[in-house]
Formats: sequence, structure tokens, C-alpha cells
Amino acid sequence: MRELLAQAWTVARKDLVLEFRTRTAVLSAVVFTALVLTVFNFGRDPTAVAATDLAPGILWVTFTFAAMLGLNRAFQLELENGALEGLLAAPLSRVSLYWGKLVANLVFVGVVEAVGLPLFVLFFDVPLGHALLPLVGVLALATLGIVTVGTLFSAMVIRTRFAELMLPVLLLPFLIPPLVLAVLATARLLAARPLSESLAYLKLLAAYDIVFLGVATMLFRYTVDE
Amino acid sequence: MLWAEGLRHAFGRVVALDDISFHLGPGQTLAIFGPNGAGKTTLLKVLAGLLQPQAGAAHVDGGRRAIGWIGHQSQLYAHLTVRENLLFWAALYGVPRAERGHRADAVLAPLGLAERAGQPVGALSRGWVQRAAIAKALIHDPAVVLLDEPFTGLDLAAAAALRTQLAALRGAGRVLVLATHNVDEGVELATDVAFQRTGRFVHFAPRAARGATEIAEAYRAAVAHA
Amino acid sequence: MNLVRKGRVITLLGLGLLAGVYVRALAFTPVERLQGPAQKIYYLHVPAAIWTEMAIVLVGLAGIFYLFLQDPRLDRFAEASAEVGTVFATIVLTTGPLWGKPIWGTWWTWDARLTSTLLLFFLYVGYLLLRSAITDPALRGRYAAVLGICGMCLVPFIHLSVYLFRTLHPQPIILKPGPPSLPASMLITWLCSVGAFTVLYVGLVTQRYGLSLQREAQGGIGG
Repeated sequence: MRELLAQAWTVARKDLVLEFRTRTAVLSAVVFTALVLTVFNFGRDPTAVAATDLAPGILWVTFTFAAMLGLNRAFQLELENGALEGLLAAPLSRVSLYWGKLVANLVFVGVVEAVGLPLFVLFFDVPLGHALLPLVGVLALATLGIVTVGTLFSAMVIRTRFAELMLPVLLLPFLIPPLVLAVLATARLLAARPLSESLAYLKLLAAYDIVFLGVATMLFRYTVDE
Repeated sequence: MLWAEGLRHAFGRVVALDDISFHLGPGQTLAIFGPNGAGKTTLLKVLAGLLQPQAGAAHVDGGRRAIGWIGHQSQLYAHLTVRENLLFWAALYGVPRAERGHRADAVLAPLGLAERAGQPVGALSRGWVQRAAIAKALIHDPAVVLLDEPFTGLDLAAAAALRTQLAALRGAGRVLVLATHNVDEGVELATDVAFQRTGRFVHFAPRAARGATEIAEAYRAAVAHA
Repeated sequence: MNLVRKGRVITLLGLGLLAGVYVRALAFTPVERLQGPAQKIYYLHVPAAIWTEMAIVLVGLAGIFYLFLQDPRLDRFAEASAEVGTVFATIVLTTGPLWGKPIWGTWWTWDARLTSTLLLFFLYVGYLLLRSAITDPALRGRYAAVLGICGMCLVPFIHLSVYLFRTLHPQPIILKPGPPSLPASMLITWLCSVGAFTVLYVGLVTQRYGLSLQREAQGGIGG
């Protein structure tokens, strides 16, 4: 177990250093998020629909698409110079490889969300108040679910034709449950309802995370091995 | 050290490996010559544990950790420096943290890479990248080194440096497997010579005292006939 | 060839049975008091929905066994099952609005059950697209199995989350705790239609299975 985690961290750290070196991907994702939030502002009639009514949906649709951008490049960078083959030939457990990629993707999406959330609060004048902490919990649970499935699928699509299009087509049906649950929970939190009302959604989100983390950990090796 | 037993593999109806068996002990160097598409790369991938053969089995004492593999691509990350790449692969191959720096120095110096260790791989020219790729394959001091067309892109000086290093490895009791389509390359390093054609070893014998020209003639005859 | 013909016979049998069910439904089963004749579509809609879901579960189970046994027959079955599932999902998605217009007053609503079928439809389409994007049969089988297994695990989450989102749909009448609240004659008609759809599923899958076998044989000789 120690060995598994140490190797996973080696892979994750390498990805994060690469990400930090180039910065283009994460910067693009941040700009994309800001742009989508801006575009959504024009997608409603300000005299008819209050910004707060649409806010939870806008937040989650934006984050879902931003996450997809990040996931698309997760394994793309391993194809450059055939590094993926090197990883597969190394004494590296496939579980470690998956977890390492998962952690790097979580950090990537987490950074984008950390910038996106304040922008969202600013643009849509959301009364965050004391809902911040529970909202971060919702963010964490839903993001884990999205990235868990997304990392598995992004390993698969790099060997198919039209990888950039294939990922969203395969992934979006899987993102509906986390999206729905996160929107429901966010709406209740932003309406200053007690946390207990959102507890059922959070539990279901956690169940989704556990099920797919387990399934993806077991299935990952079938997506990379030749 | 290294066994291959009845290896068979086909991609669709293209036969890449056809009943290949051999055994190599410490200090032996096998040079495999064959035209493009003979299945040399497939053989090395099977030996490296990258590809599960459809029949037969390959075994290396010490498993993946004991294998160094140089493929057609460098397996290096363009945005990391040569040294960072080496440290990453050393970590994956389980080289203890305290020794990684020394190991990197030990493989960089003989290849003339010491001065370029701080440069990103993406900034190096083809020949230097190939030297860095060789350094990567040797970083964990493997007992078995698999080289797939290692002389590609090397100038005379670099090729000489590589030959010297391979001779040193052989002298240290390492097992080398060298696959190339060019009979002039690496013949003098070999203790054993094989000719591969459409997946089959059409010739497999100790080199004995045969020189490059003699081998080249035998190769032309064998490949033309089979 | 043989399998395709067999599949065709079973499919025709299923269609015949379904026709029989409808003769019974239109002529001998009472008209529902509130919904009127529109309720008759129920005998098509609900069995198709049941088999849409059964098909994805079978795709997932076949995937699990394929990863262990590497038997190409399992992969071929999964493909056939997914194709038939797509057709059944299409039936649900067309009969739903046909019933919805007179009863709900709208062709489409984001009702929980209709939405989950739509998502299953997208899942099937994605599965078939992924298959078409990979040429190597072993890799295709492996990736399809991974996606199929994930899809199977997704079904309960789709149900729960979409249900939580909102629902207008008539509550389950038969598959619910306690005795069914359907008159006995309607229940029998419904059970017959489920049977007919089961035969249809088997027939169509056999046909598709046979066809993919043929395609493979032709590929083996021609290219």
C-alpha cells in the first residue's frame, strides 16, 4: 500500500511539475471558465429571471465543461515521445498510475474551481454567507466523482479516433448524476436552507464517488495495457 | 537471466512472432538483425513485458525492475530537463532517494550529457535526445538491456560513445539484446547473432569469430532465402 | 447465416406475439377510465423500457465475463445487446411522447423516467460510437467491456438522481410493493406483452449476433 501510494505520488508530482512548467492548459481552463460564466450572464433576461435562480445550474455546467478540458489533456501528454510505453514497461502498478493521474487531475480541476468560485460569486451576486464551507464540501464530492470517471475514460479515448470529441460523448451521461445532485445541494445551500436538507444529496454523491472509484481502480488496467 | 519460450504473436494476419525461443546468460549480447516489419520491435516489447504474447512466455530474472528498454521514442518529457526526467524514472524504478542523484551522474557522464543535464529535453537536438533516452534506460542499472534501433539519429561520436558504454555493460555481466536492420551496427558487440524474418528466427548462432562482412553476407543469404 | 435466419424466425414470432397482445389489448381488455384509449400504448412502452434497462445490465455482465475469459463471443453478444437496447430505447422515446401529448398535454417533459431512458439512449449511442472508433478487435472488446461495466453501474445513479430532480410520471403500477392495482385482465395483457418483448429481444440479439459473425467471416476472407 505504501509503495502504491508512493508511486502514485511520483506520477502525480511529475504531472503537476509539467503542468506548472507549461501553464498553458490550466490558464486556458481558467480563462474558459471566466468566459463561460460571462456568456451565461447573457443567456438570461435580467428583467425576468433573477441571477440567483439560475446560479447553481450555471456554476455546475461551467465546472463540468472546464473539467472536461482538463481531462482531455491528462493522457495526451503521455503520448508525446511515447512516455506512456515507458510507464507501462516500468515496475509501476496500474493502480498507482491511475491514482497518480487522478490526483493530478483533481489538482488541475481544483485550481480552476478555486478561481471560478469567487468569479461566480462576484458575477451573479450570490449570497454565499456561511454556506461557503458546505459548498466546498459539495464541490469536493462532485469533482471527485467527475474526475474519477473522467480519468478512466480519458485513458481510453486517446487510443481512438476523434479523441477530443469522444471523451465528452462518452463522459457526459456519466456526469449527469453528480451534476444533478450538486445542483440540488448547491441550490439549497445558497437559499440558506439548513444543511440537513442537502444531506441526502451529499450521501448519494459520496456513494457515486465510492462506487466509481472502486470500479475505475479495478478497470483501469484494461484501458492501458496492450 | 532471460528466457523466451515458443513466443507467438500476430496482428490481424500479420505474423510478428513465430515460435521464437532462446535463452541468454550473463555477459551474453544478442544482436537481432531483420528487415523492417520482421517483428523485432514486437519481440523486444514482449521481452520488456509491454505486450502479452498470444502464445509462449518470456521471463527475465528480477522482473520489470531488472529491465532497461530503449524503444523508438525517447519516453522523455519535453518540458522536464534531462536530469528531472532521469530522477523521475529512477523513482519509478525504485532507486532509493539518496542514490538517484549519483545514478543520474553515473549514466550522464559517459554519454557526454553532463553539461546538457539542466536543459529541457524539448530543447535538445535529435542525437542528444537519443543519448538522453539511453541514459533513461540505464538509470536503474538494469541487468537486462533491450535496445531497439539504438543507433538511430546518433552521429559518429555518439555512436562510438554508445558502443563503448554497451561494451562496458557487457563486461559487467549484463545481458544485452540489440535489434537493428543495419548489419554494420553493433555486430562487434554481439556474442550471439539472430536473423529475424516474418516473425521467425531464420538463423540463431554464436557469432564466434565472424566479422561484420561475413555476417552481412550470411544475413543477405538467409533473408533472401527464407 | 444460420443464426441470422434463426434470429429472424424468433423476431417474427415475437412480432406475432406482440400483434396477439394488441388484439387482446384493443378488443378484449377494458378501456382505462381516465386515460381512454391512449393507455393502450402502455403495453408497448413499459415492456420496451424494461428491456432497455435489462439490455444495458446484460452488456455490463457480458463485459465483466469478457475481461476474465477474453471470449470474443461475449463481446459480440454485448454489441448485439447494445444495438437492440438502442432500438428499444428509441421505442420508449417515441411511444412516451405519443402517450404524453393526450394525457399530459405536451410531447416532451423532463419527467424522471423519460429522462433516464434518454440518458440510457445516449449511453448506448456512446457505446456504439466507441466501438466504431476502434479497429483492433481485442482492444475494441476490452474498451467496450470497460464502458459497458461502467454503464451498468451508472443505471441506479441515473434513476435516483433524475428521480430526485423532478417527476410527473404515473407512479409504477405493477412493480411496486403490495398487490398490483391493475385489473386482472390488464395485468395479464401486460404480462403477455412483456413476454412478447422478451422473445423480440432474444430474436433481435440472435440476428445481430449472427450478422456480426458473418461480417467477421467476410473480413477474414476479403480484407
